[in-house]
Amino acid sequence: MSETTNILVVGIGGQGVMTATEILAEAAIALGHDVKKTEVAGMAQRGGVVSSHLRFGQRVLSPQITPGTADLLLAFEPAEGMRWRHMLRPSGQALMNVGRLTPPVVDLGLYDYPADPIAAVRAAGTRVVAFDATSIAVKLGEIRLGNTVMLGAISAYLPFSADVLEAAVLKRFAARKPALLELNRQAFAAGRAAAEQAAAHNTDSAREAAVPA
Amino acid sequence: MAPAASLNPAPAHSRLFMSGNDAVARAVWEAGVRVAAAYPGTPATEMLEVLSTYPDLYTEWSVNEKVSLEVAFGAAMAGSRSFCAMKHVGMNVAADALMTLTLTGVVGGLVIAVADDVGLSSSQNEQDSRTWGRFAHIPVFEPADSQEAYDFALAAFELSERFQTPVLLRLTTRVCHVKALVTVGERHTRPAAGFAKESSRWVMVPGHAARRLPLMFEREQQLAIAAAESSLNYVEDGGDRRLGFIASGPACMHVRESFPDSPMFKLGFSYPAPIERLREFAASVDRVVVAEEVEPLLETELKAAGIAVIGKDILPRIGELAPNVLKPAIARLLGEPAPESSVAAPLPVFPRPPTMCVACPHLGVYYTLSQVKNITVSGDIGCYTLGAGHPWNALDACISMGASMGMALGLDKGRGEADADRRIVAVIGDSTFMHMGMQGLLDIVYNRGNVTVLLLDNRAVGMTGGQNNPGNGRGIHGEEAPRVDFEQLVKALGVREERVHVVNPYELPTLFKRLREETKIPEPSVIITNQPCVLVQDYQRKSPFMVEEDTCTGCGNCVDIGCPAIHVTRRDTVLKPNGKEVARSFVRIETAACTGCGLCLQPCAPKAIVPASVAGKVHVLQPH
Repeated sequence: MSETTNILVVGIGGQGVMTATEILAEAAIALGHDVKKTEVAGMAQRGGVVSSHLRFGQRVLSPQITPGTADLLLAFEPAEGMRWRHMLRPSGQALMNVGRLTPPVVDLGLYDYPADPIAAVRAAGTRVVAFDATSIAVKLGEIRLGNTVMLGAISAYLPFSADVLEAAVLKRFAARKPALLELNRQAFAAGRAAAEQAAAHNTDSAREAAVPA
Repeated sequence: MAPAASLNPAPAHSRLFMSGNDAVARAVWEAGVRVAAAYPGTPATEMLEVLSTYPDLYTEWSVNEKVSLEVAFGAAMAGSRSFCAMKHVGMNVAADALMTLTLTGVVGGLVIAVADDVGLSSSQNEQDSRTWGRFAHIPVFEPADSQEAYDFALAAFELSERFQTPVLLRLTTRVCHVKALVTVGERHTRPAAGFAKESSRWVMVPGHAARRLPLMFEREQQLAIAAAESSLNYVEDGGDRRLGFIASGPACMHVRESFPDSPMFKLGFSYPAPIERLREFAASVDRVVVAEEVEPLLETELKAAGIAVIGKDILPRIGELAPNVLKPAIARLLGEPAPESSVAAPLPVFPRPPTMCVACPHLGVYYTLSQVKNITVSGDIGCYTLGAGHPWNALDACISMGASMGMALGLDKGRGEADADRRIVAVIGDSTFMHMGMQGLLDIVYNRGNVTVLLLDNRAVGMTGGQNNPGNGRGIHGEEAPRVDFEQLVKALGVREERVHVVNPYELPTLFKRLREETKIPEPSVIITNQPCVLVQDYQRKSPFMVEEDTCTGCGNCVDIGCPAIHVTRRDTVLKPNGKEVARSFVRIETAACTGCGLCLQPCAPKAIVPASVAGKVHVLQPH
């Protein structure tokens, strides 16, 4: 990775994209990095596109990731991963949830949902690890654990130990919702395992066929 | 959203991860400000929202930006340090006060934070608020990141008191909503000096104002000297002297990132510009590029001063000057190959515009408007502007806060022959109505306009996150506050009692009937909808619904409601006995998201939408 690490976290309003980025930022801060995080949040609550930029390193100047220079792309929704793939550097890594969220314009028949966003991103030459964070979260009993699952998934791809990120997740919940501490621990571990498993079986694309949300 | 008062502020010398807005709030508190006021508006909202959680100062949500500035100014007259925050377009509303309070000046420091939406993330235009510094002859500070937002806010209070002038703290979205590390300090309390009567200073009748005008220009000259001496303006040297940059705000960060070896004159105290220092800088490099967002203000002033600079000749006049914008433009200037040509093109994906929320009370309103023929809908600023989108397409115009009223009257009075039978409807939310809509309605009544007004009272400033306002009976800290009675208010403005109706927007037949009746009657009428925003505490969730697959006929009526919890599972076309081809859309309801508002049941002919608990599997989530 280059001197400054660039992570782009994308999804749609309400999925917890900004919280996830915030936790990644806290982990980087804990390690003594300079950190900047930016997003366009004005309409985020309304089911629109959310993309959150995180940059950390010795000194970060511009808060924005320049297209073609992101090291990691963490996509909470597969079509959103596809939308932002061009932000990755050629050797960048995409981590994508397969759980689809169709917007009203697709339900109205005005636009088509891409047949296979994961395959489209791969076909464009990007390395992808795809997994079903939505189902994992629902199985754990709370769909909003999805962002902790996503953080677990990215934890093996960071330039620092996964433990630091897990500690940042747990610290946040210990402070705000101690009742959810154990569930978040499980969600983090499950996300991590799912990404590892997906990486191991990366040729088996049938496994990652779309699952309705 | 009502942050609790008196949280423990982080101790002095803490290093905190703060947005620009957080950082300004902290600085305002530390500066000993006693009064702070604002009307919510992206990207400025969090400044006051966060400030309201600090102890020992008065904060308020004002009804509009003009009032907020007047409140802050009044406090400054009384000798208190005061603060006011607004989005860029808010200053258009507040400008009437600004353009004269610059003549009186202030006693207690007054800092006005104006947040420009460079890049249009959530606004109707991209106006450059630095213009107000020139127009009102007041200093402008332009922080580039969170630490500077904090430092500059503190410095702005010092400057304000030193020159008895309001100071404009100009932010952009890329400062307000960027988080970075900030080292904070401690609060210094500042008792108010007290109001000293002095009519020649505070009563701006022509004779008094005439004596204040020269003082304002004198002050501006003194400020220019202060800007030249200011530590907020400095040169960051670099070895590559082919090109130097003069930059302010976030553009400084983008320039430094893109051209680490180029000298840069970094302007923090950007108006009045330190022209002679900039002239010296320009002479020290081969060529100078001015990187400013977004208008060529400084560039024009430098050119007028005879300094050869390059600016908007090569850089765009709209949007942010991010590295991917700067680098190719500069490469072309230097005759070098474009560096960005290797970046991949984005893959094509459907657009995902913001939508109304599941069960939003506005859904029923726009569904109804979309079903009524021959109407023109004059719209306003708020979540309900989304009614212009699919599937409703039921909002025909929108420009600025409260404008739905006046535009509707103009559409009525200026109608062409072809529009003779067209009914004019205005749609406005509660907060926008109180902000700038009331006068428009009074104008409609007084001038006998034929307009039907839909006043969507959802008891919150919904678009900016559900802040309290006079319509919901809660103050900034969630405490009980006097609540406006919209029904009485519109009657008091002169709308006849028979023409005022309060309607539950989830009762579609009633809404439809009222709208049809009132649009037919040629006089002003107001239909008030009375259900709360689904994102505020007043909203009560009910049991969710589901679709019985076997009963659904694929008519698609429920899809026209526009609720994002309704998804089409498959489409087909069938040939009817009359030979007509009919498209069908079969649906499911995302039960986890459904809050049981019951809107979609109403247009469902086969009654295929039933309580989800029947299926035995309820998956209820808490609202965000």
